[in-house]
Amino acid sequence: MFGLPTDWELDVPERYFTLEDYEGGTARWCPGCGDLAVLTAVQRICRDEQLPPEKTVCVSGIGCSSRFPHYMKTYGFHGLHGRPLPVACGIKSRRPDLHVFVATGDGDCCSIGAGHWVHAVRYNMNMVVMLFDNAVYGLTKNQTSPTSPIGLSTNTHPKGAWLPPINPAATTLGFANVSFVAQTVDWHAAHLYSVLRAAYHHRGFSFVRILQRCPTYTAGVFDELQKDPSRLLLLTGGDNPELEPDVLRGFPQRQAHDTRDLVAARNLADQDEPLPVGVLFRDPSRPCYEEFTNAGLDLTAADRLKALERELDKFAV
Amino acid sequence: MSGGQGGVAAATARAKRSEPRVVDEHIVEIVSDSGEGAQKAGQTYGAVSAKMGNGVWTVEIIPAEIKPPARSRAGASGIRVRVGSKPVTNMGDEADLVVALNEQVLYGRIEQKAYKPGTLVLLENKWAQDPRPEVRQQYGTALREFRELGLDVRELPLEEACQRISQDARVGKNMFVLGMLCCICGRDLNKALDEVAFVFAKKGDKVIGHNQELVRAGFHFAEEQVDLRYRIPPTLAPGKQIVLNGNQAAGLGVMASGMEVVAMYPITPATSASHYLAGAFPRVGGLLHQAEDEIAAIGFALGATYAGKTACTITSGPGLALKTEFLGLAVMAELPLVLVLVQRGGPSTGLPTKVEQGDLLATLYGQPGDSPKVIVAPATIEECFHFVITARKLAEAFRTPVLVLTDANLATGVQPIPRPQVQPDWFAAPIDQAPWQKGVPPYDWDADTGLAPRPIPGQRGGEYVLTGLAHTRQGKVAYDPNSNQIGCEMRSRKLAVLQGTLRPPKVHGDPEGDLLLVGWGSTLGSIEEAVDRARQEGHRVSSLHLRFLSPMEPGLAGIFRRFRQVCTVEINYSDAPDAPHVTPENRRRAQLATLLRGHTLMDIDCWSNVYGQPIQPGMIHAEILRRMAALRGGV
Repeated sequence: MFGLPTDWELDVPERYFTLEDYEGGTARWCPGCGDLAVLTAVQRICRDEQLPPEKTVCVSGIGCSSRFPHYMKTYGFHGLHGRPLPVACGIKSRRPDLHVFVATGDGDCCSIGAGHWVHAVRYNMNMVVMLFDNAVYGLTKNQTSPTSPIGLSTNTHPKGAWLPPINPAATTLGFANVSFVAQTVDWHAAHLYSVLRAAYHHRGFSFVRILQRCPTYTAGVFDELQKDPSRLLLLTGGDNPELEPDVLRGFPQRQAHDTRDLVAARNLADQDEPLPVGVLFRDPSRPCYEEFTNAGLDLTAADRLKALERELDKFAV
Repeated sequence: MSGGQGGVAAATARAKRSEPRVVDEHIVEIVSDSGEGAQKAGQTYGAVSAKMGNGVWTVEIIPAEIKPPARSRAGASGIRVRVGSKPVTNMGDEADLVVALNEQVLYGRIEQKAYKPGTLVLLENKWAQDPRPEVRQQYGTALREFRELGLDVRELPLEEACQRISQDARVGKNMFVLGMLCCICGRDLNKALDEVAFVFAKKGDKVIGHNQELVRAGFHFAEEQVDLRYRIPPTLAPGKQIVLNGNQAAGLGVMASGMEVVAMYPITPATSASHYLAGAFPRVGGLLHQAEDEIAAIGFALGATYAGKTACTITSGPGLALKTEFLGLAVMAELPLVLVLVQRGGPSTGLPTKVEQGDLLATLYGQPGDSPKVIVAPATIEECFHFVITARKLAEAFRTPVLVLTDANLATGVQPIPRPQVQPDWFAAPIDQAPWQKGVPPYDWDADTGLAPRPIPGQRGGEYVLTGLAHTRQGKVAYDPNSNQIGCEMRSRKLAVLQGTLRPPKVHGDPEGDLLLVGWGSTLGSIEEAVDRARQEGHRVSSLHLRFLSPMEPGLAGIFRRFRQVCTVEINYSDAPDAPHVTPENRRRAQLATLLRGHTLMDIDCWSNVYGQPIQPGMIHAEILRRMAALRGGV
């Protein structure tokens, strides 16, 4: 009306959230810890998406990164080691209105919680799952993790980690019903933000492996990657977020990638040198378990009472 | 008709109908190899009896393997149905009548003391002509041995008679047996035919008609071939009743409680509750989530609870072990949860299909640290329904996990119970999404009671982080010396408050006397039946049955003091007092007895076993007599 474009927002929002609305207590991670960058990125996404704090739930397991919910001013569930995913799925099961972010570490997700990892991918419930991969157990003070590189000296393998590490992105791409897998690094704030925001917009289980520096125990693991940007391979195209030119400049190595191509995604994910970053795979058509779990939410108490009476009568003699 | 082996069958042939024996209760068993449909026949027989106004208790005889080898003793599969003039509360003692489709499975039941001298055995006789000489020999040997035991064995050509109607007699024999039992035990044939139509309703008219024909044929066969008749006069008012097992009752309880989520992982004997819910729960708007493992099942349930939809998880022994850490989290974080534990034999994989009450201490003390929680134990199938409803309310009111301990006996026992009248206030209230009151912390413990309201995601201003770490009222991880002490006090205080609302349990029998038996869970019917029998014989014995195990019901020490001896009856392990090396000091006692000794500081004895069987009233009665004799002797 009055010649104004109809997509103009004429209502002034009743509430506007600033970064402060998502900032919980002071983070107690070590100075230089990559977790801080992830926390900032998630707070910015919440702000930019204007997620009501009361409708946002951060779920975590146990470990350094699992302190994440404490530093958000949203609802949070800091549960058990390895078990954030079943809890997050339970939260989503009957509350489609809640926005769920999961913070899990490489020990939490790929070791003690590995069974849930397989199945949560298969459930494909709508949530953002951030794997804080620092290649070590930090909170328990320097033990080998399932993603520790061969040769990493730790308190449990002083002569060096012996087993080949798990590749979380490649592994996830092998699970049934996978719908979103991305990889990013904590030290590229803009890329981290863009990838997590793309994960937020994907309807389904968005798995983002974040290479995350642990300045205390695995500084050496990430140093080379961080110093030499040509060791990262920026994925572009497909469902990869558009990046500003100045961000692109930070990635001398780039590759166009069709994010619907699962085989190409698996091949890329298997590669370490250069390490691909960006969205590896996205298929928005995969079934989401909410379609099953939300059934019946629309029934009124009266409907349910009536149905209950019918069920009782089925046992009548 | 020539029935096979000699004179006995000939005597049975063309039997004249004798006058029915009028009895006030009667126990029938049908035993067979797995897959012969004995259970369906027995359930139908039980349903018909319930419809006639009889009391009924049905219990399945389940081998641990799905397809155990045919004709094996351990493979005995089948059903026991106890029918009474009055309400029946347990499986009873030895059976009066057994239909056995082979002789080997009978051995399995004899080992379990299911029969007595004089028990009538109607035995399939085709094995006498089996082409395999070893089978013929086994059959002959068994006949001799059964008769030496005093069993009244009648050989009958069941399969041969069945083949006249059914191409595959093995499949139809169960309905034929149902017809026979209806004739012998005075069941209403028309009601049986109706029930068959109901049971096979989904399979269409052709299947219904065929099965009804088999029932009729069995009825007429027994009219001609079996001379014994029983009458069990029904005395119960035919008021609205439902017939179901304890797992179905618990499943219905979940639906009636208004819970919307059950998360489970397949495990025996809990799973049949989930089988039931898988079909019915969605019809009342609920979700049955089959999780990837036991841990995920409780984690999923707690996630749903956290988001405002108090949830339920259902499991058995090994599943409980796996859920332990999450159960501790629910206690620490004060999350409501209903955990239905259908107990089976343990430890480890134990006796998956058999009954035990062995998880009481594990539920109470299984978590590291102090982990107070509510534990209730339904004693009847009806209570399996109502206790789940109560459990949801307690869980929310006290912000705590509530464990409902049933067992394999309740789970598989089938009984008519009064149809519950649904109360709208059984349902959970819709989740509160009103803004959270400013300044109220997430653990706003009332210093007196420990109770605190719980913020639900979606409530503006209630944002908090639930943690399994020791925390303050604000839900903040606690680093100071006092917070853990206060948190433990508050969580424990809630149980004291709940205990203050409970009434002392009622004594069955006189409030004072020589011997008081104390039980919990599924043993109620057997204990009270044994006590009634002993009281009629003049013994000063009473019983007490506990429904609340944590917190304990009040007034126990006072009740116990009015008896010379107090002894628990339980289906879990205890050292026999006279076993080698066992002394009063090192004797390991049954689980409730252990608790009660600590609770009352009294010398409470126990009598328990772990044969994997429900304790029969006769066994308890014998133990009462032994103890009364010892008491009289001043021992």
